[in-house]
Amino acid sequence: MNTKFQFMKYRKIAGITSIAIFILSVFSLSFKGLTLGLDFSGGTLVEVTYETPVELESIRNTLISNGYEDSQVVNFGTNLDVLIKVADQNGNSSIGENIFQLLENNGFRGELKRVEFVGPQVGAELRDQGGLGMLVALFMILMYVAFRFQYKFALGAVTALGHDVVIILGLFSIFSWDFDLTVLAALLAVIGYSLNDTIVVSDRIRENFRTQRELNPIEMVDLSLNQTLGRTVVTSFTTLLVLFALFIFGGEMIKGFSLALILGVLVGTYSSIYVVANMLMSLTLTQEDLAIPEPEGAEFDELP
Amino acid sequence: MNKFSIYQYLIILTVLVLGFTYALPNLYPTQPSIQVAYTDSGKSADQVLLNDLQNILDDSNSDHEEMFLRDNKIVIKFKSLDDQLNSKTVLQNTLLDKVIIALNLEPTTPDWLKDLGGKPVKLGLDLSGGVHFLLEVDIETAQQGRLELLLDTYRKSFKEDRIKFTNSSINDLELFFEFPDSDSYNKALRKYRTDSLGINGVQYIITEKPSTNILILEFSDVALKEIRDYAVGQNLTTLRNRVNELGVSEPVVQRQGSNRIVVELPGVQDPTAAKKIIGKTANLEFRLEANSRTSPLRKEEFDFKNNDFATAFLERSVVVSGDRVTNASTGFDESGFSQVNITLDMQGGRAMQKATSGNIGRKLAVLFVEQKSKSELIVDEDGNSVIEQTSYIEKNIISLATIQAVLGTSFRITGVGTPQEASELALLLRAGALAAPMKFVEERTVGPSLGKENIELGMKSIMIGFALVVLFMTLYYRVFGLAANVSLFLNLVLITGIMSLLGATLTLPGIAGIVLTVGMAVDANVLIFARIREELKEKDPQTAIRDGFARAFVTIFDANVTTLIAALILYIIGTGPVKGFAITLSIGIVTSMFTAIMCTRAMVNLIYGNKNLKELKI
Repeated sequence: MNTKFQFMKYRKIAGITSIAIFILSVFSLSFKGLTLGLDFSGGTLVEVTYETPVELESIRNTLISNGYEDSQVVNFGTNLDVLIKVADQNGNSSIGENIFQLLENNGFRGELKRVEFVGPQVGAELRDQGGLGMLVALFMILMYVAFRFQYKFALGAVTALGHDVVIILGLFSIFSWDFDLTVLAALLAVIGYSLNDTIVVSDRIRENFRTQRELNPIEMVDLSLNQTLGRTVVTSFTTLLVLFALFIFGGEMIKGFSLALILGVLVGTYSSIYVVANMLMSLTLTQEDLAIPEPEGAEFDELP
Repeated sequence: MNKFSIYQYLIILTVLVLGFTYALPNLYPTQPSIQVAYTDSGKSADQVLLNDLQNILDDSNSDHEEMFLRDNKIVIKFKSLDDQLNSKTVLQNTLLDKVIIALNLEPTTPDWLKDLGGKPVKLGLDLSGGVHFLLEVDIETAQQGRLELLLDTYRKSFKEDRIKFTNSSINDLELFFEFPDSDSYNKALRKYRTDSLGINGVQYIITEKPSTNILILEFSDVALKEIRDYAVGQNLTTLRNRVNELGVSEPVVQRQGSNRIVVELPGVQDPTAAKKIIGKTANLEFRLEANSRTSPLRKEEFDFKNNDFATAFLERSVVVSGDRVTNASTGFDESGFSQVNITLDMQGGRAMQKATSGNIGRKLAVLFVEQKSKSELIVDEDGNSVIEQTSYIEKNIISLATIQAVLGTSFRITGVGTPQEASELALLLRAGALAAPMKFVEERTVGPSLGKENIELGMKSIMIGFALVVLFMTLYYRVFGLAANVSLFLNLVLITGIMSLLGATLTLPGIAGIVLTVGMAVDANVLIFARIREELKEKDPQTAIRDGFARAFVTIFDANVTTLIAALILYIIGTGPVKGFAITLSIGIVTSMFTAIMCTRAMVNLIYGNKNLKELKI
C-alpha cells in the first residue's frame, strides 16, 4: 500500500471529536453509571429453558405475588430461554433454587440452565479488584513503554488507552449494556490490543525520526502512519473477522464480551492513529528526544 | 541466501513434535465409566470390593469392559451410556449405602501417551456443567469459641494457684478478668505473660489497668492467624469428606485467600442437594450432665433435638468439641441393638479420658450446634421497611448417655433407637466436625445442556473465525499467506498441547481467548510481510526477506510484551472463567510469536531460500 493520506491535517478535528466523545462518556459514567452485571452488583440470576415459549408477564406476576418484587425477567437469546435476576437479599444464597422451585410449582416446567449467586461482599471485592487491576495494568504498561521508548511515547500510549477504556465504558453506560467480569476481561484485552497498534505506530515514528532528518514532524508522523496503515488495516480486519464470528456464533453468554472487544478494536485502531500522534504533536516531540541511538534491531539480527 | 542451520530446524521440529504429541489426547473420545468408593472415607477400595463388584455385575449379566483399582476407588468402564446407568442401578441396589457410586466420562488416552504424561484439556465448569461454590469461614465464631475455652482454662488455673478474681467474662472478642487486689492482679499478669510466649511469637495482647485491677486479653495477630489457619484447614478436611459423600468424580476443594474455600463439583446437576450436604453449618460439643454438686452458675439448660418438651441441665464447660471427631459410624451391640461408634483424634481422646475418669455413672451429652438465620422486618433510617437477617446459634441435645467406663479416642454410644435413628446420629456427628461455621458467598451452577451448548458454540466460532482468516490471508498474501496459515494452524496445535500439558482449565472465555488469538496471531506475519514489501522497493528479494523479518521482530516483541502484561494482570485479578481467558491469551501470545516468526521463516526459507530470485510476489 502506497497511501499518502495527510492524517495530521485533520488532527484538530479528530482531537475535538475525541475530547467530545470522551466528555460525553465521562458524563454518562458519572451521572448514569454502569449497569453492573451480577458479578459486580451481587444478587441472584436464574436461567431456565422451556420447550415452548412462555409469557414473561405471567412469570413476573408469579414472582411478584411471592415476594420477589425487585426482579427482572427477560428472554435470553431465544424466546425459549428466560433469564431472571433478583437483587441481593442480605446474602441469602438459596434464592435461585427457591425461584426455580416456585416456578415449577406454578406450572412453569423447564430445564434449569444455570443459577448464579454472588454475595454482596464478593461483588464489592470483585469491583475493587477489577478497578485496581485496570489501573495497575495501565501503570505497568506506562512504565514499560517509557523504558522501551521515551516518556512522551508512554504518555501518548497511556492517553490512548485511557481514551479507549473510557469511551468503551461510556458506550456501555449510555446503552445500559450489562458490565460484568467477562466485559472487564475484554476491556483488559482491548488495552493489550490497542497498545499493540500504538506500539507499531510509535515504533515507526521513532525509526523515521532518526532516519528521515529532512522532514518536519507533521510530515514525519504522516509518513509513519501511511507506512503502517496497511498493517493496521489488515490486522484490525482479521481480528474483527474472528470477533464477529464470536459475536454471531459464540452464544449469548459471551455477547457482551465480544461486543466490548469489537468496539475496542475499532476505537483502538482509531486512537493509535490519532490519539498517540496528537499527543506527540502536542508534546512537541523533537529529534533530541530520541537523540541517543539505541542499537536498534542489531542485537536481534542474528535471530530469524 | 536465507537458510536456517540444521539446529534451528531441529529446534522447530522438536517443539512441533512435542506440541502435537500433547495435543493428541484431545482427539480420543471419552468413555462412560463409574467410580466406586466406600462410604466410610477412612476405608480405601480393595481387591475384596473389586471381586464383589465383579460378581454382582456378572450375576445380573451387566455388560462392562475394564475394571481396576485407582486411588482408593474402583473404576469400571462401559461400552455405552445405557450399560453405565444399568450397572450403576444394579450396584447401588445391591450394596446400598456401603458404597458411593459416581458417574464419569473416562478419557481413552492410549497407554503410550499416558506414559508420556499426555492427558486431555480439563474443562471448566461452564463447559462441563456443574456447581461452583465459594464459602466463607466465620472466623469470629472460631475466635469466640477459643476465648470461651480460654476463659474456662484461666478460671480453673487461677483457682488452682489461689489467685482471686471477682469478675470474668467475654466481651467483643476480649477476655476480661477483674481482681480484688493488686497482688492477685500481678500474679495473673505474670501468668498471662508466661502463657503468651508461643512457638511462633506472642499469643496475647494484654491491656493492663492497674488502677482498677482489670486485665483485658486479646488474641495477637499471630494467634489469630493460627486460629484462622486451623479453622480453615479443619473445614477443608470436613468439606472434602462431605463432598466425597456426594459421589462426584473429580471434585475440587481448595482454600482461597485467607478465609474462603472454593468447592467445584463437575457434573452435579442439583445444587440444592449439594448445598444441603456441604452447607451443614453445624458443630458438636460433648458435655457432662450437671449433677447436684454443680453450682447454678456452671450449668445451662438445653432442649432435646427430637423432643421439644424434654430438657436437661449440662455443665457449661465443654469436654471435647466436634472438630476432634474424626469419624462416626453405625453398628450393632452384642444384643443386636443399634449403636454409634465414635472416633476422636489424640487430643480429643486425652480430654475425654480426663473428663470421664472420675465420672463413671454420670451422663455425657452430645450437643448439636447449628448456625441458623432468621429474618425480621425492620425500618431503616430512610423510613423504608427492609428485611434484616440475623444469624443465631441454636444448641440441642442429640444424645444423652451414661458413661460406663473411662473413654478414650474411640468409644460407642448405645441405646440410640432404631438403626435409622442411629445412622442419622452418625451422620450428624460426622457433619458436626466443623471448626467454625461457614456461609455461601458465591454460587454458580451450570446445567449440563448449557455446558454442551457452550462447547459447541465455542468450537463453531473458532472454526468459522479460523476459516475466514485463512481465506483472507491466502487471497491477500498468496504464497506468504499460505505459510502464515500453516503457522496459524500450528499455533492452535501448540496452544492445545501446552494447555493439556500444564493441566490448565479451558473455559468459555478461554475459548474466546483462542478465537481472539487466531485473529491477532496473524498480526506478526502481517507486520513482517508489510515490512518485506517495503524493503523490496530498494533491495533484492533475499535481502528484503531477511531485513523484513529482522526489522519487524523488535516491533512484534514490544507489542506482545505489553499484551502479556495485560494478560498477567487479568490472571491475577480474575476468577474462574476469566482466569481461563487470561491463560489462553498468555499461552497464545507466546506460541504465536514462535509460530509466526520461527515457523513462517522456516517455511519461507524452504520455499525461497535457495533460489536466485529476480522478483517476489507478496
